[in-house]
Amino acid sequence: MALLSIEGLSVAYGKVEAVRGVSLAIEPGQIVTVIGPNGAGKTTMLNAAIGLLPWRGRMSFEGADLARLDVEERIERGFCLVPEKRELFGDLSVADNLLLGGYARRRDTAGLKQSLADVYDRFPRLDERRGQKASTLSGGERQMLALGRALMAKPRLLLLDEPSLGLAPLIVREVFRIIASLRELGVSILLVEQNARAALETADFGYVLETGEIVHSGPAADLMHDPKVTASYLGGH
Amino acid sequence: MDAEIATILAMDGIASGAIYLLIGLGLVLIFAVTRVIFVPFGDIAAFTGLSLAALENGHRPGTVGLVAVLAVLATLKETALLVRTRELHRLPHTLLFYLVLPLAPAAAIWFTTGSVLPMPLRIVLALALVLPIAPLLDCLVFRPIADASVLLLLTVAVALHFALDGLGLLFFGPEGVRTQPLTETVLDIGGFIVNAQTLLIVAASIVFSGLLYLFFEFTLLGKALRATAINRTGARLVGIRPTSTASKAYLLGSLLAGISGVLIAPATTMFYDSGFLIGLKAFVGAIFGAMASYPVTALGAILVGLLESFASFWSSAYKEVVVFGLLIPILLWRSLSLGEVEEEEAEE
Repeated sequence: MALLSIEGLSVAYGKVEAVRGVSLAIEPGQIVTVIGPNGAGKTTMLNAAIGLLPWRGRMSFEGADLARLDVEERIERGFCLVPEKRELFGDLSVADNLLLGGYARRRDTAGLKQSLADVYDRFPRLDERRGQKASTLSGGERQMLALGRALMAKPRLLLLDEPSLGLAPLIVREVFRIIASLRELGVSILLVEQNARAALETADFGYVLETGEIVHSGPAADLMHDPKVTASYLGGH
Repeated sequence: MDAEIATILAMDGIASGAIYLLIGLGLVLIFAVTRVIFVPFGDIAAFTGLSLAALENGHRPGTVGLVAVLAVLATLKETALLVRTRELHRLPHTLLFYLVLPLAPAAAIWFTTGSVLPMPLRIVLALALVLPIAPLLDCLVFRPIADASVLLLLTVAVALHFALDGLGLLFFGPEGVRTQPLTETVLDIGGFIVNAQTLLIVAASIVFSGLLYLFFEFTLLGKALRATAINRTGARLVGIRPTSTASKAYLLGSLLAGISGVLIAPATTMFYDSGFLIGLKAFVGAIFGAMASYPVTALGAILVGLLESFASFWSSAYKEVVVFGLLIPILLWRSLSLGEVEEEEAEE
Protein backbone atom coordinates (compact mmCIF):
# COMPACT_ATOMS: atom_id res chain seq x y z
CA MET A 1 0.00 0.00 0.00
CA ALA A 2 1.28 3.42 -0.92
CA LEU A 3 2.16 5.72 1.98
CA LEU A 4 0.44 8.63 0.27
CA SER A 5 -1.87 8.14 -2.64
CA ILE A 6 -3.37 11.02 -4.57
CA GLU A 7 -5.96 10.39 -7.29
CA GLY A 8 -7.58 13.01 -9.48
CA LEU A 9 -6.73 15.90 -7.14
CA SER A 10 -8.16 19.26 -8.18
CA VAL A 11 -7.75 22.51 -6.29
CA ALA A 12 -9.44 25.74 -7.26
CA TYR A 13 -9.12 29.34 -6.14
CA GLY A 14 -12.62 30.58 -6.91
CA LYS A 15 -13.16 29.65 -10.55
CA VAL A 16 -9.49 29.25 -11.38
CA GLU A 17 -8.34 25.65 -11.15
CA ALA A 18 -4.71 25.75 -10.06
CA VAL A 19 -4.34 21.96 -9.90
CA ARG A 20 -6.29 19.68 -12.28
CA GLY A 21 -6.66 15.92 -11.92
CA VAL A 22 -3.24 15.22 -10.44
CA SER A 23 -2.51 11.63 -9.44
CA LEU A 24 0.64 10.44 -7.74
CA ALA A 25 1.82 7.92 -5.18
CA ILE A 26 4.67 7.66 -2.69
CA GLU A 27 5.82 4.29 -1.42
CA PRO A 28 7.35 3.94 2.07
CA GLY A 29 11.02 4.90 2.10
CA GLN A 30 10.83 6.75 -1.22
CA ILE A 31 11.91 10.24 -2.11
CA VAL A 32 9.59 11.56 -4.77
CA THR A 33 9.98 14.92 -6.42
CA VAL A 34 7.57 17.17 -8.29
CA ILE A 35 9.38 19.67 -10.50
CA GLY A 36 7.92 22.39 -12.63
CA PRO A 37 8.05 26.10 -13.34
CA ASN A 38 6.87 28.87 -11.06
CA GLY A 39 3.08 28.99 -10.89
CA ALA A 40 2.58 25.39 -12.03
CA GLY A 41 0.54 24.64 -8.90
CA LYS A 42 3.20 22.83 -6.88
CA THR A 43 2.68 24.76 -3.62
CA THR A 44 -1.11 24.63 -4.09
CA MET A 45 -0.92 20.85 -4.40
CA LEU A 46 1.09 20.51 -1.17
CA ASN A 47 -1.15 22.89 0.78
CA ALA A 48 -4.20 20.90 -0.32
CA ALA A 49 -2.52 17.61 0.61
CA ILE A 50 -1.76 18.86 4.14
CA GLY A 51 -5.32 20.16 4.50
CA LEU A 52 -4.81 23.93 4.40
CA LEU A 53 -6.87 24.32 1.20
CA PRO A 54 -10.17 22.74 0.15
CA TRP A 55 -9.78 20.15 -2.62
CA ARG A 56 -11.61 17.58 -4.71
CA GLY A 57 -10.49 14.09 -5.60
CA ARG A 58 -9.22 11.22 -3.49
CA MET A 59 -6.25 11.28 -1.14
CA SER A 60 -5.23 8.74 1.46
CA PHE A 61 -2.34 8.49 3.89
CA GLU A 62 -1.51 4.93 5.02
CA GLY A 63 -4.98 3.92 3.86
CA ALA A 64 -6.77 6.62 5.89
CA ASP A 65 -9.06 8.90 3.86
CA LEU A 66 -7.58 12.39 4.09
CA ALA A 67 -11.00 14.01 3.51
CA ARG A 68 -11.87 12.98 7.08
CA LEU A 69 -8.67 14.25 8.74
CA ASP A 70 -7.83 17.87 9.53
CA VAL A 71 -4.35 19.37 9.48
CA GLU A 72 -3.69 18.60 13.15
CA GLU A 73 -4.75 14.96 12.77
CA ARG A 74 -2.41 14.59 9.80
CA ILE A 75 0.49 15.90 11.92
CA GLU A 76 -0.39 13.48 14.74
CA ARG A 77 -0.16 10.62 12.23
CA GLY A 78 3.29 11.72 11.06
CA PHE A 79 2.31 13.54 7.86
CA CYS A 80 4.05 16.94 7.93
CA LEU A 81 4.74 19.91 5.67
CA VAL A 82 7.76 22.21 5.63
CA PRO A 83 6.18 25.15 3.82
CA GLU A 84 7.82 27.42 1.28
CA LYS A 85 7.56 30.38 3.67
CA ARG A 86 8.93 28.24 6.56
CA GLU A 87 6.23 29.70 8.87
CA LEU A 88 8.55 29.78 11.89
CA PHE A 89 7.66 31.39 15.22
CA GLY A 90 9.89 34.42 14.74
CA ASP A 91 9.55 35.84 18.24
CA LEU A 92 10.31 32.54 19.96
CA SER A 93 13.74 31.04 20.47
CA VAL A 94 15.15 28.31 18.27
CA ALA A 95 14.76 25.87 21.19
CA ASP A 96 11.09 26.81 21.63
CA ASN A 97 10.41 26.44 17.91
CA LEU A 98 11.79 22.91 18.09
CA LEU A 99 9.89 22.17 21.29
CA LEU A 100 6.63 23.23 19.63
CA GLY A 101 7.52 21.09 16.61
CA GLY A 102 6.85 18.14 18.90
CA TYR A 103 3.53 19.54 20.13
CA ALA A 104 1.49 16.79 18.46
CA ARG A 105 3.35 14.14 20.49
CA ARG A 106 3.74 16.21 23.67
CA ARG A 107 2.89 13.27 25.94
CA ASP A 108 5.89 11.28 24.70
CA THR A 109 8.45 13.16 26.84
CA ALA A 110 11.25 10.61 26.53
CA GLY A 111 10.80 10.35 22.75
CA LEU A 112 10.82 14.13 22.39
CA LYS A 113 14.04 14.45 24.35
CA GLN A 114 15.65 11.92 22.02
CA SER A 115 14.29 13.71 18.93
CA LEU A 116 15.60 17.05 20.18
CA ALA A 117 19.06 15.56 20.74
CA ASP A 118 18.91 14.06 17.22
CA VAL A 119 17.92 17.38 15.66
CA TYR A 120 20.76 19.24 17.41
CA ASP A 121 23.08 16.45 16.31
CA ARG A 122 21.96 16.77 12.70
CA PHE A 123 21.98 20.60 12.75
CA PRO A 124 24.86 21.76 14.99
CA ARG A 125 24.13 25.36 13.91
CA LEU A 126 20.75 25.18 15.61
CA ASP A 127 22.42 23.90 18.76
CA GLU A 128 24.74 26.93 18.74
CA ARG A 129 21.80 29.27 18.33
CA ARG A 130 19.24 27.58 20.52
CA GLY A 131 18.65 30.68 22.67
CA GLN A 132 18.37 33.07 19.71
CA LYS A 133 15.05 34.25 18.32
CA ALA A 134 14.11 32.47 15.10
CA SER A 135 13.68 35.83 13.36
CA THR A 136 17.41 36.56 13.77
CA LEU A 137 18.52 33.49 11.80
CA SER A 138 19.97 33.56 8.28
CA GLY A 139 18.05 32.05 5.37
CA GLY A 140 19.89 28.73 5.54
CA GLU A 141 19.51 28.49 9.29
CA ARG A 142 15.80 29.21 8.99
CA GLN A 143 15.40 26.36 6.52
CA MET A 144 17.29 24.08 8.89
CA LEU A 145 15.06 25.17 11.77
CA ALA A 146 11.97 24.51 9.63
CA LEU A 147 13.29 21.02 8.82
CA GLY A 148 14.28 20.41 12.44
CA ARG A 149 10.89 21.58 13.69
CA ALA A 150 9.15 19.16 11.30
CA LEU A 151 11.44 16.31 12.38
CA MET A 152 10.38 16.86 16.00
CA ALA A 153 6.92 15.58 15.00
CA LYS A 154 8.57 12.23 14.08
CA PRO A 155 7.17 12.33 10.55
CA ARG A 156 6.76 9.31 8.34
CA LEU A 157 6.10 11.48 5.31
CA LEU A 158 7.54 14.94 4.91
CA LEU A 159 6.32 17.36 2.25
CA LEU A 160 9.10 19.81 1.43
CA ASP A 161 8.11 22.95 -0.47
CA GLU A 162 11.05 24.56 -2.26
CA PRO A 163 13.60 23.86 0.48
CA SER A 164 16.36 25.48 -1.58
CA LEU A 165 14.45 28.69 -2.38
CA GLY A 166 16.49 31.83 -1.76
CA LEU A 167 19.53 30.00 -0.40
CA ALA A 168 23.17 30.39 -1.43
CA PRO A 169 24.49 27.53 -3.64
CA LEU A 170 26.72 26.12 -0.90
CA ILE A 171 23.79 25.96 1.50
CA VAL A 172 21.56 24.44 -1.17
CA ARG A 173 24.02 21.56 -1.46
CA GLU A 174 23.96 21.17 2.33
CA VAL A 175 20.15 21.13 2.39
CA PHE A 176 19.96 18.44 -0.28
CA ARG A 177 22.57 16.38 1.55
CA ILE A 178 20.38 16.55 4.65
CA ILE A 179 17.26 15.62 2.68
CA ALA A 180 19.01 12.54 1.30
CA SER A 181 20.15 11.62 4.81
CA LEU A 182 16.58 11.68 6.14
CA ARG A 183 15.96 8.44 4.27
CA GLU A 184 17.98 6.61 6.95
CA LEU A 185 15.46 7.81 9.52
CA GLY A 186 12.72 6.02 7.61
CA VAL A 187 11.18 9.32 6.52
CA SER A 188 9.63 9.34 3.06
CA ILE A 189 9.73 12.63 1.24
CA LEU A 190 7.68 14.47 -1.34
CA LEU A 191 9.98 17.19 -2.58
CA VAL A 192 8.69 20.10 -4.62
CA GLU A 193 11.45 22.07 -6.33
CA GLN A 194 12.33 24.54 -9.03
CA ASN A 195 15.94 23.40 -8.74
CA ALA A 196 15.15 20.39 -10.95
CA ARG A 197 18.66 19.00 -11.28
CA ALA A 198 19.35 18.79 -7.56
CA ALA A 199 15.85 17.44 -6.91
CA LEU A 200 16.13 14.67 -9.52
CA GLU A 201 19.61 13.74 -8.28
CA THR A 202 18.20 13.24 -4.77
CA ALA A 203 14.88 11.56 -5.65
CA ASP A 204 13.89 8.03 -6.67
CA PHE A 205 10.91 9.03 -8.73
CA GLY A 206 9.84 12.28 -10.35
CA TYR A 207 6.82 14.04 -11.76
CA VAL A 208 6.76 17.16 -13.91
CA LEU A 209 3.89 19.55 -13.21
CA GLU A 210 2.95 22.21 -15.76
CA THR A 211 -0.05 24.57 -15.46
CA GLY A 212 -1.72 22.33 -12.91
CA GLU A 213 -1.30 19.02 -14.73
CA ILE A 214 1.28 16.25 -14.62
CA VAL A 215 2.93 16.09 -18.03
CA HIS A 216 5.77 13.61 -17.42
CA SER A 217 6.64 11.06 -14.79
CA GLY A 218 9.14 8.29 -14.28
CA PRO A 219 12.15 7.14 -12.26
CA ALA A 220 14.25 10.19 -11.45
CA ALA A 221 17.28 8.80 -13.27
CA ASP A 222 15.23 8.39 -16.47
CA LEU A 223 13.77 11.89 -16.25
CA MET A 224 17.29 13.28 -15.95
CA HIS A 225 17.99 11.93 -19.44
CA ASP A 226 14.60 12.49 -20.98
CA PRO A 227 15.17 15.09 -23.71
CA LYS A 228 11.78 16.75 -23.06
CA VAL A 229 12.67 17.29 -19.44
CA THR A 230 16.30 18.25 -19.94
CA ALA A 231 15.37 20.85 -22.55
CA SER A 232 12.92 22.68 -20.28
CA TYR A 233 14.30 22.17 -16.82
CA LEU A 234 17.93 21.14 -16.89
CA GLY A 235 19.33 23.74 -19.23
CA GLY A 236 19.60 21.33 -22.17
CA HIS A 237 22.60 19.36 -20.93
CA MET B 1 -2.99 70.55 45.08
CA ASP B 2 -0.51 69.59 47.77
CA ALA B 3 1.67 66.50 48.04
CA GLU B 4 -0.81 64.71 50.24
CA ILE B 5 -3.68 65.02 47.79
CA ALA B 6 -1.36 64.08 44.95
CA THR B 7 -0.35 60.93 46.81
CA ILE B 8 -3.93 59.98 47.48
CA LEU B 9 -4.85 60.56 43.84
CA ALA B 10 -1.81 58.61 42.69
CA MET B 11 -2.70 55.66 44.91
CA ASP B 12 -6.24 55.76 43.70
CA GLY B 13 -5.06 55.93 40.12
CA ILE B 14 -2.68 53.03 40.55
CA ALA B 15 -5.45 50.93 42.06
CA SER B 16 -7.80 51.52 39.13
CA GLY B 17 -4.85 51.18 36.77
CA ALA B 18 -4.15 47.78 38.29
CA ILE B 19 -7.70 46.72 37.45
CA TYR B 20 -7.38 47.98 33.86
CA LEU B 21 -4.06 46.18 33.70
CA LEU B 22 -5.57 42.75 34.45
CA ILE B 23 -8.38 43.30 31.97
CA GLY B 24 -5.99 44.80 29.39
CA LEU B 25 -3.70 41.76 29.57
CA GLY B 26 -6.71 39.53 28.99
CA LEU B 27 -7.78 41.65 25.99
CA VAL B 28 -4.31 41.45 24.46
CA LEU B 29 -4.13 37.71 25.11
CA ILE B 30 -7.47 37.04 23.42
CA PHE B 31 -6.69 39.37 20.51
CA ALA B 32 -3.24 37.88 19.93
CA VAL B 33 -4.52 34.32 19.83
CA THR B 34 -7.87 34.81 18.07
CA ARG B 35 -7.63 38.28 16.40
CA VAL B 36 -10.91 39.14 18.14
CA ILE B 37 -11.09 42.46 20.02
CA PHE B 38 -13.39 41.02 22.65
CA VAL B 39 -15.54 44.06 23.39
CA PRO B 40 -17.77 42.31 25.98
CA PHE B 41 -14.67 41.54 28.03
CA GLY B 42 -15.48 44.17 30.69
CA ASP B 43 -18.89 42.53 31.03
CA ILE B 44 -17.16 39.36 32.23
CA ALA B 45 -15.62 41.39 35.07
CA ALA B 46 -18.94 43.05 35.91
CA PHE B 47 -20.83 39.74 35.81
CA THR B 48 -18.34 38.26 38.30
CA GLY B 49 -18.91 41.15 40.69
CA LEU B 50 -22.69 40.88 40.28
CA SER B 51 -22.65 37.10 40.79
CA LEU B 52 -20.54 37.51 43.91
CA ALA B 53 -22.99 40.08 45.29
CA ALA B 54 -25.93 37.72 44.67
CA LEU B 55 -24.11 34.87 46.41
CA GLU B 56 -23.45 37.11 49.42
CA ASN B 57 -27.16 37.73 49.79
CA GLY B 58 -28.00 34.05 49.37
CA HIS B 59 -29.65 34.73 46.00
CA ARG B 60 -29.16 32.68 42.90
CA PRO B 61 -27.11 34.84 40.49
CA GLY B 62 -28.62 35.47 37.06
CA THR B 63 -25.39 34.17 35.55
CA VAL B 64 -26.61 30.62 36.25
CA GLY B 65 -29.32 31.05 33.63
CA LEU B 66 -26.96 32.72 31.17
CA VAL B 67 -24.35 29.95 31.47
CA ALA B 68 -27.02 27.24 31.18
CA VAL B 69 -28.44 28.76 27.98
CA LEU B 70 -24.99 29.16 26.42
CA ALA B 71 -23.86 25.66 27.44
CA VAL B 72 -26.95 24.02 25.98
CA LEU B 73 -26.64 25.97 22.72
CA ALA B 74 -22.94 25.18 22.39
CA THR B 75 -23.53 21.50 23.14
CA LEU B 76 -26.27 21.32 20.48
CA LYS B 77 -24.03 23.02 17.93
CA GLU B 78 -21.03 20.79 18.64
CA THR B 79 -23.16 17.63 18.65
CA ALA B 80 -24.69 18.58 15.31
CA LEU B 81 -21.16 19.04 13.99
CA LEU B 82 -20.18 15.56 15.22
CA VAL B 83 -23.25 14.03 13.56
CA ARG B 84 -22.43 15.76 10.29
CA THR B 85 -18.78 14.61 10.29
CA ARG B 86 -19.80 11.15 11.60
CA GLU B 87 -17.54 11.42 14.62
CA LEU B 88 -20.06 10.48 17.30
CA HIS B 89 -17.34 8.61 19.23
CA ARG B 90 -16.18 12.05 20.38
CA LEU B 91 -19.57 12.79 21.94
CA PRO B 92 -18.47 12.11 25.57
CA HIS B 93 -15.62 14.61 25.10
CA THR B 94 -18.06 17.21 23.75
CA LEU B 95 -20.57 16.64 26.54
CA LEU B 96 -17.84 16.95 29.16
CA PHE B 97 -16.36 20.20 27.86
CA TYR B 98 -19.46 21.97 26.61
CA LEU B 99 -22.09 20.79 29.07
CA VAL B 100 -20.81 19.16 32.26
CA LEU B 101 -17.83 21.37 33.10
CA PRO B 102 -19.54 24.73 32.37
CA LEU B 103 -22.63 23.67 34.29
CA ALA B 104 -20.83 22.18 37.32
CA PRO B 105 -20.38 25.50 39.20
CA ALA B 106 -23.87 26.60 38.17
CA ALA B 107 -25.25 23.34 39.59
CA ALA B 108 -23.27 23.78 42.79
CA ILE B 109 -24.81 27.24 43.20
CA TRP B 110 -28.27 25.97 42.30
CA PHE B 111 -28.19 23.41 45.10
CA THR B 112 -26.75 25.72 47.74
CA THR B 113 -29.11 28.64 47.05
CA GLY B 114 -30.50 30.03 50.28
CA SER B 115 -27.46 29.30 52.40
CA VAL B 116 -24.69 31.88 52.58
CA LEU B 117 -21.33 30.23 51.99
CA PRO B 118 -18.03 31.46 53.44
CA MET B 119 -16.37 34.27 51.47
CA PRO B 120 -13.45 32.36 49.86
CA LEU B 121 -15.87 29.71 48.60
CA ARG B 122 -18.20 32.43 47.28
CA ILE B 123 -15.35 34.01 45.37
CA VAL B 124 -14.24 30.70 43.87
CA LEU B 125 -17.80 29.85 42.87
CA ALA B 126 -18.43 33.28 41.33
CA LEU B 127 -15.21 32.95 39.30
CA ALA B 128 -15.96 29.36 38.24
CA LEU B 129 -19.48 30.37 37.25
CA VAL B 130 -18.33 33.19 34.97
CA LEU B 131 -15.28 31.45 33.44
CA PRO B 132 -17.17 29.40 30.82
CA ILE B 133 -19.10 32.38 29.39
CA ALA B 134 -16.40 33.71 27.06
CA PRO B 135 -15.23 30.27 25.78
CA LEU B 136 -18.86 29.29 25.10
CA LEU B 137 -19.50 32.57 23.28
CA ASP B 138 -16.35 31.90 21.28
CA CYS B 139 -17.66 28.46 20.32
CA LEU B 140 -21.08 29.81 19.33
CA VAL B 141 -20.19 33.12 17.75
CA PHE B 142 -16.55 33.39 16.70
CA ARG B 143 -15.52 29.84 15.79
CA PRO B 144 -17.71 29.67 12.68
CA ILE B 145 -16.10 32.90 11.38
CA ALA B 146 -12.59 32.38 12.76
CA ASP B 147 -10.93 33.16 9.42
CA ALA B 148 -12.83 36.39 8.84
CA SER B 149 -11.13 39.80 8.80
CA VAL B 150 -10.28 41.60 12.06
CA LEU B 151 -12.86 44.25 11.19
CA LEU B 152 -15.68 41.73 10.80
CA LEU B 153 -14.68 40.02 14.04
CA LEU B 154 -14.70 43.40 15.80
CA THR B 155 -18.14 44.25 14.43
CA VAL B 156 -19.47 40.92 15.66
CA ALA B 157 -17.84 41.53 19.05
CA VAL B 158 -19.62 44.91 19.31
CA ALA B 159 -22.94 43.27 18.44
CA LEU B 160 -22.22 40.58 21.03
CA HIS B 161 -21.60 43.29 23.62
CA PHE B 162 -25.08 44.74 23.06
CA ALA B 163 -26.63 41.28 23.25
CA LEU B 164 -24.82 40.57 26.52
CA ASP B 165 -25.83 43.94 27.88
CA GLY B 166 -29.47 43.07 27.27
CA LEU B 167 -29.04 39.65 28.82
CA GLY B 168 -27.29 41.28 31.79
CA LEU B 169 -30.32 43.50 32.37
CA LEU B 170 -32.59 40.47 32.06
CA PHE B 171 -30.61 38.31 34.47
CA PHE B 172 -29.35 40.85 37.01
CA GLY B 173 -31.97 43.60 36.90
CA PRO B 174 -31.25 47.34 36.89
CA GLU B 175 -30.15 47.68 40.53
CA GLY B 176 -26.57 48.47 41.42
CA VAL B 177 -24.79 46.31 43.98
CA ARG B 178 -21.66 46.45 46.03
CA THR B 179 -20.01 43.41 47.60
CA GLN B 180 -18.61 43.15 51.10
CA PRO B 181 -15.05 44.46 51.41
CA LEU B 182 -12.42 41.75 51.06
CA THR B 183 -10.56 43.36 53.94
CA GLU B 184 -11.32 46.34 56.14
CA THR B 185 -7.81 46.81 57.41
CA VAL B 186 -6.44 50.33 57.11
CA LEU B 187 -2.69 50.72 57.13
CA ASP B 188 -0.61 53.70 58.12
CA ILE B 189 2.43 53.82 55.88
CA GLY B 190 4.79 56.70 56.65
CA GLY B 191 1.95 58.99 57.68
CA PHE B 192 -0.32 58.05 54.76
CA ILE B 193 -3.51 56.19 55.40
CA VAL B 194 -3.67 53.32 52.95
CA ASN B 195 -6.64 51.08 52.43
CA ALA B 196 -5.56 47.42 52.51
CA GLN B 197 -8.12 46.84 49.74
CA THR B 198 -6.05 49.10 47.47
CA LEU B 199 -2.88 47.20 48.30
CA LEU B 200 -4.71 43.94 47.63
CA ILE B 201 -5.70 45.13 44.15
CA VAL B 202 -2.15 46.20 43.33
CA ALA B 203 -0.69 42.98 44.76
CA ALA B 204 -3.17 40.85 42.80
CA SER B 205 -2.31 42.57 39.55
CA ILE B 206 1.41 42.09 40.19
CA VAL B 207 0.97 38.43 41.13
CA PHE B 208 -1.26 37.59 38.17
CA SER B 209 0.90 39.44 35.63
CA GLY B 210 3.85 37.51 37.06
CA LEU B 211 2.00 34.21 36.76
CA LEU B 212 1.01 35.07 33.20
CA TYR B 213 4.66 35.77 32.38
CA LEU B 214 5.76 32.45 33.89
CA PHE B 215 2.98 30.68 32.00
CA PHE B 216 4.09 32.12 28.64
CA GLU B 217 7.77 31.66 29.30
CA PHE B 218 7.93 28.22 30.86
CA THR B 219 4.94 26.07 29.90
CA LEU B 220 4.31 24.28 26.63
CA LEU B 221 0.72 25.48 26.56
CA GLY B 222 1.86 29.07 27.10
CA LYS B 223 4.33 28.75 24.25
CA ALA B 224 1.63 27.18 22.07
CA LEU B 225 -0.59 30.23 22.71
CA ARG B 226 2.26 32.55 21.78
CA ALA B 227 3.05 30.47 18.70
CA THR B 228 -0.58 30.75 17.56
CA ALA B 229 -0.38 34.50 18.04
CA ILE B 230 2.88 34.78 16.08
CA ASN B 231 2.04 32.49 13.17
CA ARG B 232 -1.29 30.71 12.85
CA THR B 233 -0.32 28.62 9.85
CA GLY B 234 2.92 27.59 11.50
CA ALA B 235 1.00 26.63 14.62
CA ARG B 236 -1.42 24.45 12.68
CA LEU B 237 1.51 22.78 10.92
CA VAL B 238 2.94 21.57 14.23
CA GLY B 239 -0.46 20.29 15.31
CA ILE B 240 -1.66 23.16 17.52
CA ARG B 241 -5.44 23.36 17.03
CA PRO B 242 -6.59 27.00 16.78
CA THR B 243 -10.03 26.22 18.27
CA SER B 244 -8.42 24.73 21.33
CA THR B 245 -5.90 27.55 21.85
CA ALA B 246 -8.73 30.04 21.40
CA SER B 247 -10.79 28.36 24.15
CA LYS B 248 -7.78 28.43 26.45
CA ALA B 249 -7.08 32.09 25.70
CA TYR B 250 -10.71 32.96 26.49
CA LEU B 251 -10.59 30.93 29.71
CA LEU B 252 -7.37 32.50 30.87
CA GLY B 253 -8.52 36.00 29.88
CA SER B 254 -11.82 35.44 31.71
CA LEU B 255 -9.93 34.41 34.81
CA LEU B 256 -8.08 37.76 34.75
CA ALA B 257 -11.33 39.66 34.12
CA GLY B 258 -13.12 37.68 36.82
CA ILE B 259 -10.43 38.42 39.36
CA SER B 260 -10.60 42.12 38.59
CA GLY B 261 -14.37 41.92 38.97
CA VAL B 262 -13.96 40.42 42.43
CA LEU B 263 -11.46 43.14 43.31
CA ILE B 264 -13.49 46.16 42.19
CA ALA B 265 -16.95 45.02 43.29
CA PRO B 266 -16.38 46.11 46.92
CA ALA B 267 -15.03 49.51 45.85
CA THR B 268 -17.50 50.59 43.16
CA THR B 269 -21.20 50.03 42.74
CA MET B 270 -21.63 47.55 39.91
CA PHE B 271 -24.52 47.61 37.48
CA TYR B 272 -25.29 45.09 34.75
CA ASP B 273 -23.63 47.44 32.25
CA SER B 274 -20.68 48.67 34.33
CA GLY B 275 -18.32 46.37 32.44
CA PHE B 276 -18.37 48.35 29.22
CA LEU B 277 -16.52 51.44 30.47
CA ILE B 278 -14.02 49.36 32.43
CA GLY B 279 -13.36 47.30 29.32
CA LEU B 280 -12.97 50.42 27.16
CA LYS B 281 -10.41 51.94 29.51
CA ALA B 282 -8.47 48.70 29.58
CA PHE B 283 -8.64 48.84 25.79
CA VAL B 284 -7.02 52.30 25.80
CA GLY B 285 -4.22 50.77 27.88
CA ALA B 286 -3.90 47.89 25.42
CA ILE B 287 -3.66 50.34 22.49
CA PHE B 288 -0.43 51.65 24.06
CA GLY B 289 1.01 48.20 23.46
CA ALA B 290 -0.57 48.04 19.98
CA MET B 291 -2.72 45.14 21.26
CA ALA B 292 0.46 43.06 21.15
CA SER B 293 2.88 43.91 23.94
CA TYR B 294 2.01 42.76 27.45
CA PRO B 295 4.49 45.00 29.35
CA VAL B 296 3.52 48.14 27.41
CA THR B 297 -0.15 47.32 27.94
CA ALA B 298 0.54 47.09 31.68
CA LEU B 299 2.23 50.51 31.67
CA GLY B 300 -0.54 51.98 29.53
CA ALA B 301 -3.23 50.66 31.87
CA ILE B 302 -1.51 52.21 34.91
CA LEU B 303 -1.20 55.50 33.02
CA VAL B 304 -4.90 55.42 32.17
CA GLY B 305 -5.71 54.83 35.85
CA LEU B 306 -3.50 57.74 36.97
CA LEU B 307 -4.84 60.07 34.32
CA GLU B 308 -8.41 59.21 35.23
CA SER B 309 -7.72 59.81 38.90
CA PHE B 310 -6.09 63.22 38.42
CA ALA B 311 -8.62 64.25 35.78
CA SER B 312 -11.48 63.53 38.16
CA PHE B 313 -9.82 65.79 40.75
CA TRP B 314 -9.46 68.74 38.40
CA SER B 315 -12.68 68.33 36.51
CA SER B 316 -14.65 65.22 37.22
CA ALA B 317 -17.15 65.94 34.45
CA TYR B 318 -14.38 65.61 31.89
CA LYS B 319 -12.55 62.58 33.25
CA GLU B 320 -13.84 60.17 30.57
CA VAL B 321 -13.13 62.77 27.89
CA VAL B 322 -9.54 63.10 29.08
CA VAL B 323 -9.00 59.32 29.18
CA PHE B 324 -10.48 58.66 25.76
CA GLY B 325 -8.91 61.83 24.34
CA LEU B 326 -5.62 60.13 25.14
CA LEU B 327 -6.38 57.73 22.29
CA ILE B 328 -5.67 60.41 19.68
CA PRO B 329 -2.01 61.05 20.51
CA ILE B 330 -1.40 57.31 21.06
CA LEU B 331 -2.89 56.41 17.71
CA LEU B 332 -0.87 59.16 16.01
CA TRP B 333 2.30 57.87 17.63
CA ARG B 334 1.35 54.29 16.73
CA SER B 335 0.66 55.06 13.09
CA LEU B 336 3.94 56.96 12.82
CA SER B 337 5.81 53.90 14.03
CA LEU B 338 3.66 51.54 11.95
CA GLY B 339 6.37 51.16 9.32
CA GLU B 340 8.48 49.12 11.72
CA VAL B 341 5.60 46.83 12.63
CA GLU B 342 4.93 46.02 9.01
CA GLU B 343 8.56 45.18 8.43
CA GLU B 344 8.57 42.75 11.31
CA GLU B 345 5.52 41.01 9.94
CA ALA B 346 6.93 40.82 6.46
CA GLU B 347 9.85 38.84 7.82
CA GLU B 348 7.61 36.01 8.90
